[in-house]
Amino acid sequence: MSELQEKLVFDRPESVIDRPTHYCPGCHHGVAHRLVGELLDEMKLREESILIGSIGCSVFLYNYLDIDAVEAPHGRAPAVGTGVKRARPDKFVLTYQGDGDLASIGMAEIMHAANRGERICVVFVNNTVYGMTGGQMAPTTLVGQRTTTCPGGRCRDKEGLPIKMTEIISQLGGVAFAGRASLDSVKNIRTAKKYLRKAFECQVQDRGFGFVELLSACPTNWKMPPVKANERIREEMIPYFPLGVYKDVTEEGGAC
Amino acid sequence: MSRIEVLEDRCKGCLLCTTVCPVQIIVQSQRFNQNGYKVAEVPEEEKEKCTGCASCALICPDLAIRVYRTPKAKKGED
Ligand SMILES: Cc1ncc(C[n+]2csc(CCOP(=O)(O)OP(=O)(O)O)c2C)c(N)n1
Ligand code: SF4
Ligand code: SF4
Ligand code: SF4
Ligand SMILES: [Mg+2]
Repeated sequence: MSELQEKLVFDRPESVIDRPTHYCPGCHHGVAHRLVGELLDEMKLREESILIGSIGCSVFLYNYLDIDAVEAPHGRAPAVGTGVKRARPDKFVLTYQGDGDLASIGMAEIMHAANRGERICVVFVNNTVYGMTGGQMAPTTLVGQRTTTCPGGRCRDKEGLPIKMTEIISQLGGVAFAGRASLDSVKNIRTAKKYLRKAFECQVQDRGFGFVELLSACPTNWKMPPVKANERIREEMIPYFPLGVYKDVTEEGGAC
Repeated sequence: MSRIEVLEDRCKGCLLCTTVCPVQIIVQSQRFNQNGYKVAEVPEEEKEKCTGCASCALICPDLAIRVYRTPKAKKGED
């Protein structure tokens, strides 16, 4: 018997619905969705999860992840997640938010949910721009980056420096895990999944708030081909937004 | 032997997969899919070089790549 059976070693996770997405070519929302879907499968959380969707290009996430979902008003996902988790503490609750959603209109909600140590996980997709509405400046837009609302490039004196959310969140008492990864390379995508797994585990083990920032490309609003956009993450974003684990109570051995 | 299958109706021609293949066998084809994207492919003569590493599938934002591996035969001529 020399014929060996061919094995399918990479395919769509069950938690990701088999349908084309509305995202632009090279948009990293698709990668982020897949990582979440793989973890929901691997951690057997699919039937236990409630997703809190947010406003931004990922607003239709409930069409792509095969889990129950609530759609939150712009920026309010951590508040909605708080209510859902407190009403149903037996469920796994995650929010999925863009940088405009989380760091701008939703700044109050994310800070207080993290500080309270709500047992929820936040997947934060930072693409340095308001993608859905056509590329306005976000709190995370890099200095010098041109957007429709800062056509001359973001100016430090007028608009301030880009906000480093993971650093800020990691300082808050209720946080069990906070890390920043990037979706630009195979190695970084693998690390991103590790961080997401840690954040998910912190909720499952009732340790506290989990936060993972994913540096992501928006080729359309950056006005770049996808391959160039990935290079921009490496060359411009990562130097300003350093990757790594900023807080991990599982390493410290403590709860919060 | 390993190989990939590009789901042409899902491919958006972003070409990210072409940048991560360790044996550089993925290229843009001349075919357009229904959405007007020029899909990625591995040309017939390059197919046997695939290592089954799945890097292309990991970076693909659209789950447009499936990866297959066939375990090496233990016995036989070697
Ligand atoms: C209350 C309210 N204000 C403003 C808007 C318009 N709006 C829709 S999406 C968005 C920003 C989305 O940016 P981001 O969260 O970074 O998501 P992305 O599209 O980049 O993934 C804004 C301002 C809205 N829908 N609701
Ligand atoms: S506009 Fe940007 S974030 Fe929105 S789908 Fe397109 S690439 Fe993705
Ligand atoms: S599985 Fe690896 S070797 Fe094969 S085509 Fe994909 S990246 Fe190239
Ligand atoms: S990464 Fe995926 S969508 Fe992009 S060209 Fe390759 S197969 Fe197509
Ligand atoms: Mg954004």
